[in-house]
Amino acid sequence: MINIVWAIVFVLVAPVVGGLVAGIDRKITAHMQGRVGPSILQPFYDVGKLFEKEQAVVNETQIFYAICYIVFMIFTGALFFAGGDLLLVIFALTLAQVFLVLGAFAANSPYSYVGAERELLQIMAYEPMVILAAVGMFVATKSFNVSDIASSTTPVILLIPGIFLGFLYVLTIKLRKSPFDISTSHHAHQEIVKGVTTEFSGPSLGLIEITHWYETVLLLGFVYLFFGFNPLIGVAAVIIVYLLEILIDNTNARVKWQLAMKSSWLIAAVVGVVNLAALYFLSGGV
Amino acid sequence: MTYLAKSPWIIHYDASSCNGCDIEILACLTPLYDVERFGIINTGNPKHADIFVVTGSVNEANREVILNIYNQMPDPKVVVAVGICACSGGVFRECYNVAGGIDKLIPVDVYVPGCAARPESIIDGIVTALGILEEKRSRNFNSPLVTDHHENKEHHKHAEGGAQ
Repeated sequence: MINIVWAIVFVLVAPVVGGLVAGIDRKITAHMQGRVGPSILQPFYDVGKLFEKEQAVVNETQIFYAICYIVFMIFTGALFFAGGDLLLVIFALTLAQVFLVLGAFAANSPYSYVGAERELLQIMAYEPMVILAAVGMFVATKSFNVSDIASSTTPVILLIPGIFLGFLYVLTIKLRKSPFDISTSHHAHQEIVKGVTTEFSGPSLGLIEITHWYETVLLLGFVYLFFGFNPLIGVAAVIIVYLLEILIDNTNARVKWQLAMKSSWLIAAVVGVVNLAALYFLSGGV
Repeated sequence: MTYLAKSPWIIHYDASSCNGCDIEILACLTPLYDVERFGIINTGNPKHADIFVVTGSVNEANREVILNIYNQMPDPKVVVAVGICACSGGVFRECYNVAGGIDKLIPVDVYVPGCAARPESIIDGIVTALGILEEKRSRNFNSPLVTDHHENKEHHKHAEGGAQ
């Protein structure tokens, strides 16, 4: 069942919510570091500023890829909130990420190249667990449709707690938080980890920021699916998960990509597959 | 309504500075001064930056780097020379390898003297720069593509309406 209204609501409201979440994130991070921190509206000021700047790019195709990145991210989120097929959502999300990588590769710059390669490694690291999460939800609710999963009365979280933990692990990668902020980060502006956006400036960088807001809302929506049986618990869980991510971000140092890759695949293989297998056999082989 | 003054991103370059001013600039980012509360971020990337903060004087080794960073920054942009060396060359003015202050090479908008410049005066300089940044935006000011002319070395390139 596709619900167009929810898709339109997502397209209009998600940037506002995502921007506010980013602003609150920066405020809480600042307080954790003993600073006052910027206004909660700071992310909106930043993006507004970027659209006032000159569009200086090495290669025109970079702008095209930045636009593709946001268009496919909006498509992914709209499909998700309209209650579409979860597998299609995941594939569209990957496609959006690939456009960011292509955008970084479009400029002949060593920093940009390193950033693009790190982004690819991150995609490889989180992808198995995200697909396992979709399969887990199918086994738990007998449907790949987001609308069915969200309205299902089955307590999904109790059936696939292992998959939820694994998803939380890769969520750190997706939200670009330490210790897995190896392709781009909210803090390390001078380091090579900012590589993927090195060659973007002005409005195209602004588009990438807005895309990140859409992505945050989409991912928090994904977290909600685990608690779809009770909206109140679901919203509470989403808030707690995000606060936990901020805490992890501020208390962990960045790891090398090898560890990020190995650990996220190991988590997917152990908690994800074991949880799935247990569920499969307990329910007598669906 | 403009957002430029609410979100100034800086790039900091150490041109033959003794590191005194650089430590003071980094002190601005610490919890005591916390310039991020004004939305100021030290980006380290000329393509993301609005304000070019230079410490130290121009010498033969860093001419190219200063020009490169300045020319890569998208408009509107301003240059803040932090410390007496960046303003005029300071005590190194007469050195055989020092060309002088940053304004020998690129247009400087704000001069922050001091040895080393204190964090308070650096923040004051950045805030002054915000006004100039906003003025440049409202006039659609296009910064010149600066090239190195060794024959014009002694010519001062003060920016239009720069605070001194």
